[in-house]
Parts: sequence; C-alpha cells; structure tokens
Amino acid sequence: MTQPLLSVRDLSIRFGSTEVVDRLSFSIARGETLGLVGESGCGKSVSSLSLLGLLPRQAEVTGSIRLDGQELTSLGQDAWRRVRGRRIAMVFQDPMTALNPLLSVGRHLEEVLGVHQGIRGEAARSEAIGWLDRVGIPDPSRRMASHPHELSGGMRQRVLIAMALAGKPDLLVADEPTTALDVTIQAQILDLLANLRRELSMSMLFITHDLGVVEQVADRLAVLYAGRLAEDGPVEQVLAQPRHPYTEGLLGSVPGFRPRSGRLRSIPGQVPSATAWPQGCRFHPRCERAQGICRTDTPVPTPAPTIACHFPVEEAT
Amino acid sequence: MFPMLLGVSLIAFLLLSLSPGDPLAAQRGNPQVPDELIRRIEAQYGFDRPVPEQYVRWLSRVVRGDLGYSFKFKRPVADVIGERLGATLLLALFSTLLTWLLAVPLGVWAALRRGQWPDKSISVLSFVGMSLPSFFLALLFLYAATVAGPLPLIGRIPIGGLVSPGFDRLDLVGRVLDIARHLLLPGVVLTIGGLAGLQRISRGSTLETLSQPYILAARARGLSESRILWRHAFRNAANPLITLLGFEFSALLSGAAFTEIITSWPGMGLLALEAVRSKDQFLVMATVLMGSLLLMVGNLLSDLLHAWNDPRVKVS
Repeated sequence: MTQPLLSVRDLSIRFGSTEVVDRLSFSIARGETLGLVGESGCGKSVSSLSLLGLLPRQAEVTGSIRLDGQELTSLGQDAWRRVRGRRIAMVFQDPMTALNPLLSVGRHLEEVLGVHQGIRGEAARSEAIGWLDRVGIPDPSRRMASHPHELSGGMRQRVLIAMALAGKPDLLVADEPTTALDVTIQAQILDLLANLRRELSMSMLFITHDLGVVEQVADRLAVLYAGRLAEDGPVEQVLAQPRHPYTEGLLGSVPGFRPRSGRLRSIPGQVPSATAWPQGCRFHPRCERAQGICRTDTPVPTPAPTIACHFPVEEAT
Repeated sequence: MFPMLLGVSLIAFLLLSLSPGDPLAAQRGNPQVPDELIRRIEAQYGFDRPVPEQYVRWLSRVVRGDLGYSFKFKRPVADVIGERLGATLLLALFSTLLTWLLAVPLGVWAALRRGQWPDKSISVLSFVGMSLPSFFLALLFLYAATVAGPLPLIGRIPIGGLVSPGFDRLDLVGRVLDIARHLLLPGVVLTIGGLAGLQRISRGSTLETLSQPYILAARARGLSESRILWRHAFRNAANPLITLLGFEFSALLSGAAFTEIITSWPGMGLLALEAVRSKDQFLVMATVLMGSLLLMVGNLLSDLLHAWNDPRVKVS
C-alpha cells in the first residue's frame, strides 16, 4: 500500500481540562475525498484547524499529523506558514466573514499569488482573472475591482475557493463550505469543488453534518461522535450498511437513506457536553444496544474499516 | 449643517440674554462716558430692542459676514477671533498629531502583546493618564518647568503665552523655534490627556479585528503575521479610530480651554472665557459659532477619511 497523503494518528486536542478531540486517527490517500461527519460540537472544526496549525495558543495538541511523511505537529510558525495555502489550503464555512471587507477581490487573489507563486503585477492580475473564470465567476476582469460587500454569498465562496486553490495545495480542507449558502447555490459549489479537485488531482477533507452532501462528494466517510471516531469506511458501504449504532441512528434520522424502516427516527437524548463526557463509550447514554461494558470501557477502534463499538450492528448476509 | 448652526446660535443667544450683566457695564461705570453716548451705542447695536429682534439683527449681520464689535477688546470680533483661531488650531493640530502618532502604535503593540508585560505596563500608565485631570497635569508641568530650569537643546521651557518678548526681532527660523518652545508645555499636557483613551481604543479595536474570521482565513492562506497585521487588520481596526478623530479634534478646539487658561495659551478657549466673563455679547456668539463650525468640520473630515479608507462608505 502506498503512503497516504495525510495521516492523522491519535490526535488529541485539549483546551485546559476540556478534551475536545480524543485519539482521532484517519488518513487520506492522494486524490481521495474523505467526508468527516458529525453533529455540531463533536470536534470537526477544531480537528480541521489543527491540520493547519491554526488552533489558538492555549490549545494543547498531542498525537501525530503527517503530510507526505512529514510530521506537522512539531513545526514552528514559519514552517507552518509554508504549509498553509501551499500544501494544505482551507475553505471556511461562512463566506460572508472570510474576506477582508476593505480589499477588492483582485487584491485578495493577487496577494495569494504573490505569496505562494511569486507572481506579481500584470502577470498576477491575468492569473487572478483566470482563477475567477475557473471558479465560475462571470465577467471576471470586471469583478476584480469588486469589494466583498458587492458580491453574493455564493460568489464570495467562489472567490475563497479560487484563493485556496491558487496556491496549488495537495490537500483542500473544506469546513462546511456550503452550510451558509442557499440550497441552489450549495449544489453548484459542491459540483465546482468536486470538478476542481479532479482537475487538480488534489485530496480533499470535506467536513459537514449533511450526509446527503457526503454521498455526493466523498469517497470515504469518517463519522465523529463526541470528539471520537465512531466509524470510518468507504462511503457507499457506511451509508448502506452502518456498523456503529450512532451512524445507524444518524442515517435513520435523515429522509432518503433508510427506506427499510419508512419512518424517520430521532436519536434519543442530546450530544453530551465536552466538559462532561460520559464514562466508557461516549454514545452509551443514547444507545439502544448499550450494555454494562459500554458504561465502563472505551471501545478500541478496529483496523480498517474502522468501527469503535463493543456491539456493532451485524453485517447483513 | 446650517440648521444645526442656527439652532446652536439661537440657544446660545437666548441663554446669553437671560444671564445677568451687560456688555456696556464697563462704559456705564466710567464717569468719563456720557449717558448720551451709551444710549447712542445701545441704539446702534440694538441693545434697547426686544431679544427676538436683537437675534434677528445679529443673524442678518452674521450672514453678511459681519461678526460685530468686541467691547472688551475694542476691536471688530472677526479680528480678535482670527488672531486666536490660529493659536488654537496650532495647539490642536500639534497635540492631535502627537497623540495619534503615540497612541495608535502603543495600542497595536499592547494588543499584540496582550496580557504580557508591555500590555500591562501600558495599561497601568493609561489608567493613570486617564485619571489625571488636564488642569492638574498642566499645573504639575508648569511647576516642573519652573523648577527644572534650562534644559539641554530646548533651554528654559516657557510657562505661558505663545511667543517670547522680543519675538518681532527674531528671524523666521527663530520665530518658528520660539513658538515651538511655547507649544511644548500645553501640547504635551493635552497629548497626555488624549493619549490614554485613544491607546485603549486602539488596543481594543486591534484585538477585535484580529479575532475576525477573515484574519483566521488570511492565516490559513499562509500569509505572514506582519502582512496580516498591516494589510488586513490595521485598516479595519482604524475605522472606529477615524470616527473618533473628528470628535477628538473638534473637542480639542473647544475642550482645550482648561489647558489654554492655565498655560495662558492665547487660543479660543481662553478667549471664550474672557468674553463670557465680560458678557461681550458678539464675541461670545462668535466663539460659540466658531466652536460648532469646527466640530462640524472635524466630523466632515472624519467622514471623508472614512470614505477613503472603507469602500463600503460612499460619499454622496
């Protein structure tokens, strides 16, 4: 097996005494899209920020993040800066606030091109126009002079995608890039991301809480619950045949995924708070299958396909 | 703008006519001035008419550019104001410039070193600066300048006035230097007064800007910290400061009165006090008008600066 592009091993993130992410492991192969799914507060965004070394200073990160074999967690600020935008780029959830309101679209793009490719002046301008065209912005040369407040949310997200890709990264981290957009725009942005990923043969970590979106863009799916990995496997397999009771519950609560029951079910209870995780398996208070051991012992994730559960749902034969 | 000036002048005029006293009190008490003359002056300036009519007469003269006559200085009001306005503008410009040049970098620095010793020590100094009333500070500095004696380079720091005796005999360079030496004390007092507050605001604004999502996004694109600070954060952080600049500058023009009075700086503040105390009606009205006009000009300037800095603001 060839070395994966990104390999995360036993990544734990704490803020003081609060443990937000606990021993998270996953990897992304070259050209692969991993969908990272979970409810709000399960540690998705924190994990993605840790991949770029962007967590606030008080965050305590342990474990290993390897990109192409290079350990990232021990990097200093300057070395991190050479990773950001050039090897790992990021698209954020809210395009309304991710652009500097005082700088024009052109300035934004030319700056990234200057920093990462050393392209300046007229060359940077034409390159920037090319990128705007590539992300589907109509009349790109005129749009160069526009300021963020003159663009719609979808247009701003396209600009942000153009900036993320202009550094020619190996890995694109997309943190809920369509959540803040209108439904019709969501589909366009998803298509755009999927197409550009293929064209540029990048890998992508796609973070979302929307299983429908994952089905559309991802090759593999990792389900996160309460800061821990619940399940990780090929997307069709996990969606068709969830092994972790949480994944099963999640799918049962979304229309269109579980035709067999016919009715939508909700998972009883609520996601526990990071300041008071339950003992043992963190899902046990909400799990129908829970038994004594689930209350005391943390389930050890199995090797691929990964399931972290004492009593996984049986595979249908 | 004009309705506001009109309102301000109306209120000032009313208050002035309600207050006791009389612009001609000095002349009335002078046995050398015959009653006949005083009555003639009263008739000439309309002091014998009802207050509304007096106001309308005053207004119509002001609109034609005639600010009236100062009974205290025995000269046209426009001349007196013109003389004093320059001194006040000079003081305000000097201390505003000095305040900004010091406060904004100090605020940014404190924000970047938040919670560390530079931030903490600047904070302590800021609170001390904010707590000291300007008149007290002015007195303190006057005392210090008197006790200190001649300093290297500057010589003895003048403790009052705009120019030294013998100013007329100096050449151009000498004159500039002389005024600069006189400017030192009131200028520094006013700077210290404004420094503390502006430093706090600059620090707060920088911190708030640095916590914005677009700053995180800029970091995620691999931009250097200095680029992020100066290109992305600073102009955004400057927005609230620019709003403040208009107020600060115009507040200095009128609010420097305490400092002007204590350091005998011949500016508008000192003039306004002299005018009110002698109930020099036309002079009081002119200082009030000038004060409001400068406030508006200050705000207009800050609006223009705003439009220049922020593409979301359009000049219409």
